[in-house]
Amino acid sequence: MPDDPAGAIAALAAALYCGVDLGASATKVALVDGAGSLRGWSVRPSGVDYRAAALAGQEEALRQAGAAPGLLGRTVATGYGRDNVSFADDRRTEIQCHGVGVYHVLHRALTVIDIGGQDNKVIRLDAAGRRLHFRMNRKCAAGTGAFLEEIALRLDLPLGSLDALAAGATEAVQLSSFCTVFAKTEILAHLRRGVPVGAIVRGAFASVVARVVEMDPLPGEVVLTGGVIAHNPTVGVLLQERLGRAVVVPPHPQLAGAIGAALIARHGLASSAQEGLDA
Amino acid sequence: MADAPKTAAIKKIKAAGPMKDLMGAYFKELDEAARQRSARVAWCSSVGPAELLRALGFRVYFPENHGALLGTSRLATEYIPEANAIGYAPTICSYLTSDVGAWLKKTTPLTKAFGMEGVPRPDLLAFNTNQCRDVQDWFAFYSREYQVPIVGIETPRSVNEVDAAHLAGLTAQYRALVPKLEEVAGQKLDLDRLREVVASSYRCTLLWKQVLRAGTHRPAPITFFDGTIHMGPAVVLRGDPRAEEYYQLLAAELEERIKGGVAAVEGERLRFYWDGMPVWGKLREHAETFAAAQGCVVASTYCNSWIFEALAEKDPFVGMARAYTELFIVRAEAYKERYLETMARDYGIHGIIYHESMTCPNNSNNRYGLPGRMAKKLGIPYVVIQGDLNDLRCYSDEQTRTQLEALFEQLHDRA
Ligand code: SF4
Repeated sequence: MPDDPAGAIAALAAALYCGVDLGASATKVALVDGAGSLRGWSVRPSGVDYRAAALAGQEEALRQAGAAPGLLGRTVATGYGRDNVSFADDRRTEIQCHGVGVYHVLHRALTVIDIGGQDNKVIRLDAAGRRLHFRMNRKCAAGTGAFLEEIALRLDLPLGSLDALAAGATEAVQLSSFCTVFAKTEILAHLRRGVPVGAIVRGAFASVVARVVEMDPLPGEVVLTGGVIAHNPTVGVLLQERLGRAVVVPPHPQLAGAIGAALIARHGLASSAQEGLDA
Repeated sequence: MADAPKTAAIKKIKAAGPMKDLMGAYFKELDEAARQRSARVAWCSSVGPAELLRALGFRVYFPENHGALLGTSRLATEYIPEANAIGYAPTICSYLTSDVGAWLKKTTPLTKAFGMEGVPRPDLLAFNTNQCRDVQDWFAFYSREYQVPIVGIETPRSVNEVDAAHLAGLTAQYRALVPKLEEVAGQKLDLDRLREVVASSYRCTLLWKQVLRAGTHRPAPITFFDGTIHMGPAVVLRGDPRAEEYYQLLAAELEERIKGGVAAVEGERLRFYWDGMPVWGKLREHAETFAAAQGCVVASTYCNSWIFEALAEKDPFVGMARAYTELFIVRAEAYKERYLETMARDYGIHGIIYHESMTCPNNSNNRYGLPGRMAKKLGIPYVVIQGDLNDLRCYSDEQTRTQLEALFEQLHDRA
């Protein structure tokens, strides 16, 4: 930090705030500047060394922002592995961070659905961005990214190919089981009957949507975030069909939690008066 | 959250020492009675006809207390599969399955804790279906294994108001137990002795209530997690004057804490209500999680379930019938909502935790929309955590932690 106050102010203005969302399958890092704009980001597999994934993600995001590490201000960690981000100044739950990240962009009352690698969350925010209520899915992989990973494995397909298959299918099989293991058995039966793979994948997407709809009445405007929607926009289309109303997907849906964490970092470590953290 | 201490020491209650001694004496007496045949041993469900058994000279053992020991010692999850293997489903009461599983393995945490060789052999088993059907099926297992009689009170469930018809039927059921109990006890029921036991049980209830009501003070001198441990004598020794003495001691200590402004949770900022059973194997973790967020669980349905204010020395049979039917667990949703509303107001609650025990629907009050209705009535947030009393396979540390922390964030940010 320079000695002269003008220099200090300039340095502060140039500072970047970091959010690390260490999820069960992916580590997301977002850097925002003093104005709350996204300046750099990274998404990479969490692997088995969470700390290393967080550090590598931060470096990558800095490179992308074209910024030197010295410009880094505070860091807030969130996600399943938030306690493993030893360099974080504070930790917040994904529930808060997703709410903050989405509200920052949309600034209105919302119902946020985050479909993550391991769990799903529904977060209701009022017009001022305050959290009214939240719910998490049951202790079960059904309806989460992990479910789709299992299905891809069962069908011997790369995960990245699922969306195109689902989007191109005109039919969808019904997967009626709550249980991922049983759903896979159902898939076997469909395969034996010669059902096209696209219809099975679309059925699996519909099953994700069904699990989400069971969690909450999902009132008002619905926003979808998380890795599943980022890589599988057809899930959003199916949710829209199911709800009979538009579903908003913000830019960088997978980064919503990391952006929220970065925005919390920007506001300092004290509790925010409101979840939305006015931009 | 940022300014909350990240780790928080759990404050020890001094009376914990005398309580351990008292529980030790209780188990020693049970053990001696069973081994030396110096007294008959009855196994009783936790809100079963304990006073009647005690009045007839039985030493009374509570398998649910044993279940909780299996839970706190984290042995339950190891033994549950043993019971599953002989046909008791993983979805039924995990007290039952862990207790039966431990029995099949011929092991008990009582050996390590109190030097007992095994659970005390019963001469008789007595249940009350007021809490669930599982106690009957659980005791039936032991009745077959030990070839001893099983008796019970069949209380209706989901009761709105306890009325004269309920009481007439239930009082008759209590009276009808007597001949069989006398036969096994080898003595006649002395009504004065029953009155004495009921009177002692009633005084114990009032003292236990006083202990729990201490939680209405700010800061609260006792947490729910303390309560789950200190309720031991109210469960297993009600009707015995030593339980009264113990709660006098505990109540005095809490009174001291209140006078000195001593908080159970340092810097208490948030006050919570816990509905449903504890997750026995996670008591310490939960206590620490709340304390780290300057949150105190000041009241619970569970600890309050051992308050039996209708016990009546004058009319012991009717009093028992009423006391053991008026319980929260026996009642319909409308009553439960009124009860929770009163508790939330009396204790100044900021948030409610509903624990959905996957193997105990009877103690899980989230399943018929109650949390949503309560949130509307009270205007305070809640979380439902999925877990279990004993089967840790039904519980996720990570999900629970995230849900609790999210609730803390929400409340701290509102504050
Ligand atoms: S009330 Fe629940 S925990 Fe208690 S014995 Fe019955 S089923 Fe088991």
